[in-house]
Amino acid sequence: MILAADPLYGGDLLGDILITLLKAGVAFTFLLVAVMLMIWFERKLISDMQNRIGPNIAGPWGIFQTLADGIKLFFKEDLVPENADRFVFKLAPYLALVPAFLVFAIVPLGGDFNRKDGSDGVVSIFGHDTFLQVADPPMGILFFLAMSSIAIYGIMLAGWGSGSKYPLLGAVRASAQMISYEAALGLAIAAVVLQTGSLSTHDMVIDQAAGGYGGIIPNWNIVVTGFVPFFVFFIAGTAELNRPPFDLVEAEQELVGGFHTEYSSIRFALFFLAEFMNTITMSAIMVLLFLGGPAGPALFFPEGWWIGTFWFFLKLMAFLFTFVWFRATLPRFRYDQLMDLGWKVLIPISLAWFLLLAGLRLGDDRDWTYNETLAFMVGCIITFALLGGLLIGAINTARAERVREEADRG
Amino acid sequence: MSDFLRSYLTVAIFGLVGFALVGAFLGLGRLLRPDKPNLAKTEAYESGVDPTGDMWSQSNIRYYIFALLFVMFDVEAVFIFPWAARLEAYEIFGLIEMAIFIFILLLGLLYAWRKGVLKWV
Repeated sequence: MILAADPLYGGDLLGDILITLLKAGVAFTFLLVAVMLMIWFERKLISDMQNRIGPNIAGPWGIFQTLADGIKLFFKEDLVPENADRFVFKLAPYLALVPAFLVFAIVPLGGDFNRKDGSDGVVSIFGHDTFLQVADPPMGILFFLAMSSIAIYGIMLAGWGSGSKYPLLGAVRASAQMISYEAALGLAIAAVVLQTGSLSTHDMVIDQAAGGYGGIIPNWNIVVTGFVPFFVFFIAGTAELNRPPFDLVEAEQELVGGFHTEYSSIRFALFFLAEFMNTITMSAIMVLLFLGGPAGPALFFPEGWWIGTFWFFLKLMAFLFTFVWFRATLPRFRYDQLMDLGWKVLIPISLAWFLLLAGLRLGDDRDWTYNETLAFMVGCIITFALLGGLLIGAINTARAERVREEADRG
Repeated sequence: MSDFLRSYLTVAIFGLVGFALVGAFLGLGRLLRPDKPNLAKTEAYESGVDPTGDMWSQSNIRYYIFALLFVMFDVEAVFIFPWAARLEAYEIFGLIEMAIFIFILLLGLLYAWRKGVLKWV
């Protein structure tokens, strides 16, 4: 088990506080600018994919379009519906945006993890050794789960507090969808925790930076945990973000705007901001959990503090691109398909995979021989086959029952 | 203050700054925007027609059942995470125990499935 606290703590107090404030400031600025660019990036990319031009007036290549939209929203009238629960209505944007901010605190943004001298991503800012992340709390990744749960409150209260029908429907739908996928999300993270043996995000990066297979395939969790948790996390993460193809929450054809129908002016902008901020933080968390965070592929070894940041951004961009690509390509799910995917596919698969990984991990720990590992895997496969048979039996029974019911009815 | 608490303090400060930022946005908006509400503007939006009936309408019971199922899996996460972080300490005993735990959990899910609660109509 690795337990490395941020070397920043324990020095002189004033220096620590100043460095912490500096890191927080940089993270804030980064997030706000990134959101601005992300919205522009999404609009521009999706226009390209749909054979349009997209924003091209404000600034070079329309890059200031988001800024212009934001300024416009400041000057719009802010309406509170007469039926609204005024306190809840005004509280909701806070609950949506602040968790989105907070998750970013635990994401390692850089630092050279591949260096052989065992510095493990420690960088020096004005003579203070520290990690390039705002905070590294010991329960790290659980903090992410906690915050994404609080974000559901933001959406639920926004819909409920509006005192209107469309937002209420949208909010109930959103919270049911998000809690359904949160279970699968947590199980995918558990697979990574199993591998790392620590909840701290910094330890996760250290664990993934080490070794690799033949110096070519990096020791990233996507490979080590066998791809399944990654795909489960990716699908569940997209659903958690309410992004297409899981955007039933704001299905315009059915629900107008979903939970934020009654919001206008800057309060609407805050929800919008939160949504894109969540996209960025979710991508960052995926990079962190499965693609080694700031650790580069073991193949390349340029040195310097910036190299971690470079890899991090490269991987982040790949995910952001994929999210936009999804939106341009995939049609929306139907609600029953959405629930089926979450409960009947993702949760059983991730639970079974989690147990398999736990067994393999334990075998690795006890120096099992090849035959023992093989025997274990065969045992697992038989168990899963039995369980799968049980499942299929259940499905068939349910189907038979449905057919009988329909026959009874007429 | 211990290192342990300090990292949480940093998170707390970060959160407070977040709150302040949202507050600043809203404050700035309040200074800049016009404010002339009338009934047509503040009425609940229902695609342009006059809103009818109770605004807090009833919603499908199934949402509630999914929430109950979620609680089951969320509580499970409470057990799984500490166990996963310290697997080597519990050895085979821990693995078998967890397998039984997850099996019971899956039985619960199967029961719900068999009962038809997962079926969305």
